[in-house]
Amino acid sequence: MSRLKGFYVYAAAVALLPILFPDNYFVTVVGATILLNVILAVGLNLFIGYAGQISLGHAAFFGIGAYSSAVLTTRFELNAWLAMLVGLGLVYVVANLVARPILKLKGHYLAMATLGFGIIVNIILVQESSWSGGPDGLGDIPTLSLFGFEIDTDLRWYGTIAFFSLAAILVSLNIIDSRSGRELRAVHGSEFAAQMMGVDTVRTRTNVFVLSAMFASLAGSLFAHQQAFVSPESFGFGFSIEIVTMVVLGGMASTFGAVFGAIVLTLLPETLVVFEDYEMLIFGGILMGGMIFMPQGLFVFLTQKIRALLHRRSAPSQKSQDAQKTLECDS
Amino acid sequence: MFDQIIQFLATGLSIGSTYALVGLGFAIIYNASGVVNFAQGEFVMLGAMSAVGLLGAGVPYPLALLVAIVIVTLVGFSLNKFAIEPARGASVVATIIITIGASIFLRGAALLIWGKDIFSMPAFTGDEPIQIGAATVVPQNLWIMGITVGLVIGVRYFFDKTLIGKAILACSCNKTAAGLVGINVKLMLLTSYGLSAAIGAVAGLLIAPIAFTSFDAGTMLGLKGFSAAILGGMGSSMGAVAGGLVLGVLESLGAGLISSGYKDAMAFVIILAVLFFKPSGLFGFKSVDRV
Repeated sequence: MSRLKGFYVYAAAVALLPILFPDNYFVTVVGATILLNVILAVGLNLFIGYAGQISLGHAAFFGIGAYSSAVLTTRFELNAWLAMLVGLGLVYVVANLVARPILKLKGHYLAMATLGFGIIVNIILVQESSWSGGPDGLGDIPTLSLFGFEIDTDLRWYGTIAFFSLAAILVSLNIIDSRSGRELRAVHGSEFAAQMMGVDTVRTRTNVFVLSAMFASLAGSLFAHQQAFVSPESFGFGFSIEIVTMVVLGGMASTFGAVFGAIVLTLLPETLVVFEDYEMLIFGGILMGGMIFMPQGLFVFLTQKIRALLHRRSAPSQKSQDAQKTLECDS
Repeated sequence: MFDQIIQFLATGLSIGSTYALVGLGFAIIYNASGVVNFAQGEFVMLGAMSAVGLLGAGVPYPLALLVAIVIVTLVGFSLNKFAIEPARGASVVATIIITIGASIFLRGAALLIWGKDIFSMPAFTGDEPIQIGAATVVPQNLWIMGITVGLVIGVRYFFDKTLIGKAILACSCNKTAAGLVGINVKLMLLTSYGLSAAIGAVAGLLIAPIAFTSFDAGTMLGLKGFSAAILGGMGSSMGAVAGGLVLGVLESLGAGLISSGYKDAMAFVIILAVLFFKPSGLFGFKSVDRV
């Protein structure tokens, strides 16, 4: 099972950290946020990294999941797990509905359409205050419980989110190595060529869009129960951009790149807090600098560097790397 | 009812004019370098904030506006020099993240300089409302529309008739060929970023007196400008201007007749509807894939 070697190492690290540092804020609180963001980034990476599309409105699906759980459990006292399923179902329907017109678009037009969709959903959450609580949000969301076992401490939440987060990674890794994963990469390489090979490219793109939306919905439901409070602010344009940044900064078309991006992008604001007023300036600077100097992504950049150090002789020469780069640009 | 509609049209046209200018800025940079500059809204904010800052420091009114435009133009130059030029060959997504990084950076800088306060700027020539037919407008509305018309004609002339303008167009068609006939491609890219930034700054100066300004005022305006450029068909300057005016008017009518809470959503509903039927914008050419 060497294919999943990386996964086992990562899973062991995720499991060991809270055992080694059970009361560390950065492990149980920030760590849980990281694991939640991992679900979002890994899901979006399927759509952006592997299928080569772009979505600047993914926070909308995160929001639909969160609000489904919040509204159904507080107003209708539905079981939290059932509410989560309803949220997933709703996102499945919504994502399928918008996929039809939106996925016809390409490049900047697709960016615009997904961006617009995200902003419209956010404005609906703000405006429909009769059920969404409006800009003030919804509070008193009950916590999750499993067979009477309440998930009510930071450590238990870490465990719960870790479980779903690892499952998301496993699903993603398996999809990429399956028939549909190869179809995805074919669509990325050349949509036309993929069609000629008999790939139903419209269905492939729709499926991966819906799947990544459902990852986001799941993360949203978990988020709502963990925070016990939701407000439209958490699901705006800014957060959509943050998820895309996790995928791109980490390294596109690499599941662990997305994981890495989620870790870096969640930790960064936490550590930049000490700079207070300079936080935004430094964050923007790092984002720009990272993309300018490592356009292939941090994770891919680092693994390439490490590999080059380990096998200095067998590393591909600069020339062949450049050749590969131009090939990628052309495609 | 009819009078009301005239009023909405008047407001819509002046708001639409600022969208048109922001959209024009998007189109110019996109044409020259193929980059969608998500920091375009920040040029608008910086223009307004610099002017407010300079006025606060006692600089005379017209001079403050002029210096603000110069400052933002320099910011545009630096954006090209330090962020876009070093990243040549980066993918579309990568350049989107770079310009988003730049916009966060500029917002962060504005936050440091001016803080979180909301500022207002005095109008160019007083606030005395003017009655034109059934519509009441403030003089600033007329300034917005007048200067926009002037700028659009100017930009049109620049690209159609002047040597530099034609050289920039040549770069957008084929950079290598442009370089071979002796055009300084780097300089042309720099010029188009400066021009786009200056137009953004003017939009900021025009709108600041009728809408308050703050360090984060640029984001929504930038997105609306992007919608305008997409609506017109990305890469068509005049399309972007038309797109901006259409968005402004429909948004104003929608806010007035349907629901003011959904005012900001209106632009995006329109854009989704248009893209649904015409995936390359109203005036864009149908793109053909080369295999």
